[in-house]
Amino acid sequence: MTLQELAAACEGEILAAPDGEVAVNAAYTSDLLSDVMGNAPPESVLITVQNHLNTIAVCTLADIRVVLVCHGRDIPDDMLAAARREGIALLRTPLDQFHASCRLAALA
Amino acid sequence: MAQALKDKQIAPGTAKAKDSVIGAAANAGQTAEPDAGGDSSPLILLEMVHRLKVRDVMSTELLTLNRQAPMKRAQELMRANNISGIPIREGGRLYGLVSIDDIIRALEGGYINEPCGRHMTTHLIVLEDDMPVAFALRYFDRYKYGRFPVLNRGRTLVGIVSQRDINRVLLHELTQEFERLERAHKGVNVGVGEDDHLYMLCEYPVVKLDFENAGKAANEIKILLRDRNVDTRVTRRIAVAAYELELNMCVHSDGGTLTFLVSNGRAEVIAKDTGPGIPDVEWACRDGSSTANDWIRSLGFGAGMGLPNTKRVSDTFDISSAPGKGTTVRAGFALRLSNPEEEAKPS
Repeated sequence: MTLQELAAACEGEILAAPDGEVAVNAAYTSDLLSDVMGNAPPESVLITVQNHLNTIAVCTLADIRVVLVCHGRDIPDDMLAAARREGIALLRTPLDQFHASCRLAALA
Repeated sequence: MAQALKDKQIAPGTAKAKDSVIGAAANAGQTAEPDAGGDSSPLILLEMVHRLKVRDVMSTELLTLNRQAPMKRAQELMRANNISGIPIREGGRLYGLVSIDDIIRALEGGYINEPCGRHMTTHLIVLEDDMPVAFALRYFDRYKYGRFPVLNRGRTLVGIVSQRDINRVLLHELTQEFERLERAHKGVNVGVGEDDHLYMLCEYPVVKLDFENAGKAANEIKILLRDRNVDTRVTRRIAVAAYELELNMCVHSDGGTLTFLVSNGRAEVIAKDTGPGIPDVEWACRDGSSTANDWIRSLGFGAGMGLPNTKRVSDTFDISSAPGKGTTVRAGFALRLSNPEEEAKPS
């Protein structure tokens, strides 16, 4: 599944895309970073409203490849910079977490 | 003295004084910049003498006299305050400076009771307050004076700077810089022991509520392990434990140290904080138990999953806490190197 396919499925935009192909085979929806840390599968997409630097830190550690920020929330510059630095794709959708999750589930 | 003034009276407001005094200093300063501080100076010091401005190091508590004051008064002020020069100032404007040499000449010549205005040194080199300290150092080196008057852009006397002033501020800044470096990186020590086992000892300070840096230690540990070919699943478990413990200290403790130890095929993440301690450890280790406040929760932390997560991913887990003293958590792991065949299987 490419970033473009992911973005198209949830009417989203790609804000940061690492070089090369992004391999994802799972997704996890949560706004609790400890929950993400403990339970999100590796090589996955995180669907969340947590639009801050620490989200990228968690994804880096948990081998999450893509962050999909819901509700069209603003992305702070430091979060965007961290995503680019860590090679994590950053997408944004106007949808809420439930609907974004449903659209991604339909892709699988 | 190359930039000496010919006018008897230094009037920094006039075009002549401006060109010959300030202008000269500024031009010479530009050529002095590349070798300021010397090539062998540590970068940190070079950066400092370029970052700090003359205004950051100068004394602003000025003892000055006007032109009518007798030389004897300057002599008394210098002796009483243990200083080597008195600027002669009227209405913010610098007219000259009475130095120890001027006093000695006045005593020899028998005119110690005559006004400063008549016998002061008017051939002055001055610095501007927004010049880098590197310029000032260069000037001390070049002119061998004990002090330079400092003017602002409006040509008003705003301070005086001596080498002692510069030393004092540089020492203070250096001390702060070293403390900062020490805090930022207590030490990473990695290698392979004689028994072919990997060993590591890394210490990372964790600062209370410093969310900007939270997770950096865990990330560094993860990179260290990945670069040494440690099994990716073990690496991930260690990274999760390190992150949770790091965040716990950041959110709940007064600060502490995260230590990562590898020896004899085992890894251990140790979080040791300085307080306040956990009154009920058993409760704190239960899923969902949290004392975090709302804004910490709004960041997605404080869900009461940190300790349970750590316990779940680690092979051994130990926590001890004393209210008022602090908490120490140890999470242990059996290390193994990556085996490509095995990792190809689903976990």
